[in-house]
Amino acid sequence: MHNEHVEEHFNNRNVTELDSNYYMVDIADYPADGWGKFKRALKRSFRGELFVGLWVVLREMIKFDVHTVQYPAEKMPIGPRYRAVHEMKRLWESDTERCIGCGLCEKICISNCIRIDTRVDENSRKEVTEYSINLGRCIFCGYCAEVCPELAITHGGEYENASDQREHFIMYQDMLTPLDKMKAGTQLEFEGFGAITPHEDERVKKTPLAY
Amino acid sequence: METAYLIETVIKIVVILLIFSALAGIGTYFERKVLAFMQRRLGPVNVGPFGLLQVAADGIKLFTKEDIIPTNVVGRIFKIAPVITAATAFMAAAAIPFLPSFTLFGYEVHPIVADINIGILYILGIMGVGLYGPLLGGMASANKFSLLSAARGAAVFISYEVVTGLSILAPIMMVGSLSLIDFNDYQAGGFTTWIVWSQPVAFILFWIAAFAETGRTPFHLIANDHEIIDGFGTEYSGMRWGLFFIGEYANMFFISFVISIIFLGGYGDGSFLGALGLLLKVAFFFFFFLWTRAAWPDVRPDQLMWLCWKVLMPIAVINIVITGIVMM
Repeated sequence: MHNEHVEEHFNNRNVTELDSNYYMVDIADYPADGWGKFKRALKRSFRGELFVGLWVVLREMIKFDVHTVQYPAEKMPIGPRYRAVHEMKRLWESDTERCIGCGLCEKICISNCIRIDTRVDENSRKEVTEYSINLGRCIFCGYCAEVCPELAITHGGEYENASDQREHFIMYQDMLTPLDKMKAGTQLEFEGFGAITPHEDERVKKTPLAY
Repeated sequence: METAYLIETVIKIVVILLIFSALAGIGTYFERKVLAFMQRRLGPVNVGPFGLLQVAADGIKLFTKEDIIPTNVVGRIFKIAPVITAATAFMAAAAIPFLPSFTLFGYEVHPIVADINIGILYILGIMGVGLYGPLLGGMASANKFSLLSAARGAAVFISYEVVTGLSILAPIMMVGSLSLIDFNDYQAGGFTTWIVWSQPVAFILFWIAAFAETGRTPFHLIANDHEIIDGFGTEYSGMRWGLFFIGEYANMFFISFVISIIFLGGYGDGSFLGALGLLLKVAFFFFFFLWTRAAWPDVRPDQLMWLCWKVLMPIAVINIVITGIVMM
């Protein structure tokens, strides 16, 4: 798209006398003799700097522009790309699990915290029998979500993990979107790392079948 | 001594103790709120409406916490030190007239425990004794940081005793009495008769020294925030630590009363408005203690000594000399 040559022009950030946002702080030399020290003490005493400080804090108190987030009651909005505890998504069409048990997430996991076990069920479909993430080991790098071909494992926004042991596992059933949430159509897609972009439908091309 | 007088005095003492212990607690609440608002925070909000019951929660915590006496401390001195701080703070209150005398159920009440004729001398002396709380506490703690802070605190206290005494000498010369009631009556004529107009320098000096006497922020060297420990109170826990706190806050209230009465007219003519005025003045001075804590940084100990001995003390002496010459 941007084929035309863009001439790179960096800001001159060198400190110069002319046309610069930098300026040298005006620091007077330390007085060497007693008279100079006396003058400095007098100047500092009567320049009223103390009252400037008093006014600033009083002004802030009167403005009452409080920025406190009362955390357990209020929470800061977190970004859609926030990488917190993983979620397992379901398919919108059939409400079945998206995970196909390919094991790529287990393979790519750099802290070896994902364990997956699969079997072939009676309908000759691959089924995930065990899936757990050791949250004590997980570094929330997002590789599992990125590598997942089905957008099945993603990161959620749940960052409040308290546990009485460090090796806190999260099981497949805990991560899976509950069915009632699925029926209500409120499953949130992850917009971050590894997810499809918003206008993917328009950009997708039909796969030519005549290989 | 009459029995009625004894009973009245005991009741007054109990009332003052109760009110100012409670005020010390509420003072911590106000301090936290005011500091929070000045720093764009909310302060305590969770316990009770507007966090008001935080004081009670803190009190329960202080009273029920384990009283730890560390291994190598000098036990007896370690235990008595907080009591000295709290006790001297309240003892100083004996000579302060908190309100004008009023009639309650046909009985005239003088809201002062003892109108002794050396009132100010007594108050300054007892507040000076209060120094032994932090000093002994720090020295007995077997902790070098406690010791350092205690030494620093002692140096500041003793130095500023000089400024306090000298600055207040000029008003004493004018009034010709050491009783705070006489000070009040001297200024009973109203706004224009306040001593602050004739002794502005003494007023400012005494005010500055009050910060050192109570160990408040610009001169808050007694608990060293820059060492990230609580100075002489490091080894203390539970209610012993709480007593230091109560002493500090009670001192702030009492010194606010003293400044208001000596320099700003006190309760004036003794009417209801005058009494209200005194309480407002005290509230302002207490607020100013909190205000400076939010606004100003601490002064280095050597700067503090420099300020005391090379600036404030000479000014105080000059002020006394000029006052004497004018009075002659």
